[in-house]
Amino acid sequence: MSELFSKNNKDAFLLPLGKNNPVTVQVLGICSALAVTAQLKPALVMGLAVTVIVAFANVIISLIRNTIPMRIRIIVQLVVVAALVTIVNQILKAFAYDVSKELSVYVGLIITNCILMGRLEAFAMMNKPWPSFLDGLGNGLGYAKILVIVAFFRELLGSGTLLGYDVLGWAQQFGYQNNGLMLMPAMALIVVACIIWWQRAHDKELQEK
Amino acid sequence: MMSTENKKGLSTNSNAYTLIYAAVLVVIVAFLLSFVASTLKARQDDNERLDKKAQILSAIGVNDDDTQAAYDKYVRAEQIVNANGEVVKTEGGFDVDFNKQADDNNLPVYVCEKDGQTKYIIPLRGNGLWGPIWGYIGLKEDKNTIEGIYFAHESETPGLGAEIVTDKFRDPFKDKQIKKNGEVVSVAVLKKGLTADGQDQVDAISGGTITSNGVNEMLKTCLAKYKNFLTK
Repeated sequence: MSELFSKNNKDAFLLPLGKNNPVTVQVLGICSALAVTAQLKPALVMGLAVTVIVAFANVIISLIRNTIPMRIRIIVQLVVVAALVTIVNQILKAFAYDVSKELSVYVGLIITNCILMGRLEAFAMMNKPWPSFLDGLGNGLGYAKILVIVAFFRELLGSGTLLGYDVLGWAQQFGYQNNGLMLMPAMALIVVACIIWWQRAHDKELQEK
Repeated sequence: MMSTENKKGLSTNSNAYTLIYAAVLVVIVAFLLSFVASTLKARQDDNERLDKKAQILSAIGVNDDDTQAAYDKYVRAEQIVNANGEVVKTEGGFDVDFNKQADDNNLPVYVCEKDGQTKYIIPLRGNGLWGPIWGYIGLKEDKNTIEGIYFAHESETPGLGAEIVTDKFRDPFKDKQIKKNGEVVSVAVLKKGLTADGQDQVDAISGGTITSNGVNEMLKTCLAKYKNFLTK
């Protein structure tokens, strides 16, 4: 058991949630962070879908890492990711049609999410399945965390709702107006930038000299 | 850590190995995907049909969680009419793929009954800025007054063209008339301040001009196909 949760394994899982966050520190997966964060629900689902896919893609690639011919390793990684994404998409269509309608093209875009290829190439290709799984889980959740924070502010300030439920409706009678600008993709970038700013201000290790 | 490789004494760098590896991998993945796709197909089709029913019902202002029950309650017939406005078939309209099969003699009409009155729902198809837009228009018994309307789109700009799905855009269509002097003239979607000539009109979306024009065009062309049915 101590092996399973050694310092290295803990780091593989925990670092991406904080100090080595894929979005705010590695600056990967920004494009989808802009696209699906206008509302909280698709952001949650997207975060979950990416987490599942990175974790499993990491495990699969790690299991076959010693058999993969070096010259076509990127293609092999891509095939594994594409297969997983297609399966997740099919399952969503069958069991969560509303969600799949909302995510529509973005599910397909998970394939091109840099976090996936980045983690496969940087971690799964040279680590055992269990740490790879933790690494995938950590990075997926780290990504989901940022998505949810961004979506929280965008939906709250942009539409006055959270998960579709009216939150700020009562304030309208006092002259409060929803800020439509928050629904534009550009504002996602600004919110992400604010998170990066906050994180860097608090974490001395991340600051450039 | 790469030192553990090649246990079998196989060179993973040889051409033969690379080719065989790629072939085997692709075949396995292909089988897996076709298995998943075929097992889930029935469920997915059900979802799609249910979604289409929900969209149709939206055109007469019915939004029920139990779509199937509501559909059975309100929709009396799924007719197919031809260009002369004659009812060719009294059922099977639902299965007409409006994108591919809808020539002028294969036009679906959904006949509904709501609050004791007959309503007609006609499907709409057109083009927005980035991709297709579609919808359903619900007409009252006189085949003239709009009961309600539903719009959907594939990839219009969020906050601009995509606003066509909102109630704010759809509500003004209610009680507008698509006929003037017995002719089908559709309803104009026009920039605020402009006045349509001989048509009822609703406001277009500011910043979503091309999508608004697309809606305008869609209403015009789709209703024109039904003109004999509507003037009958």
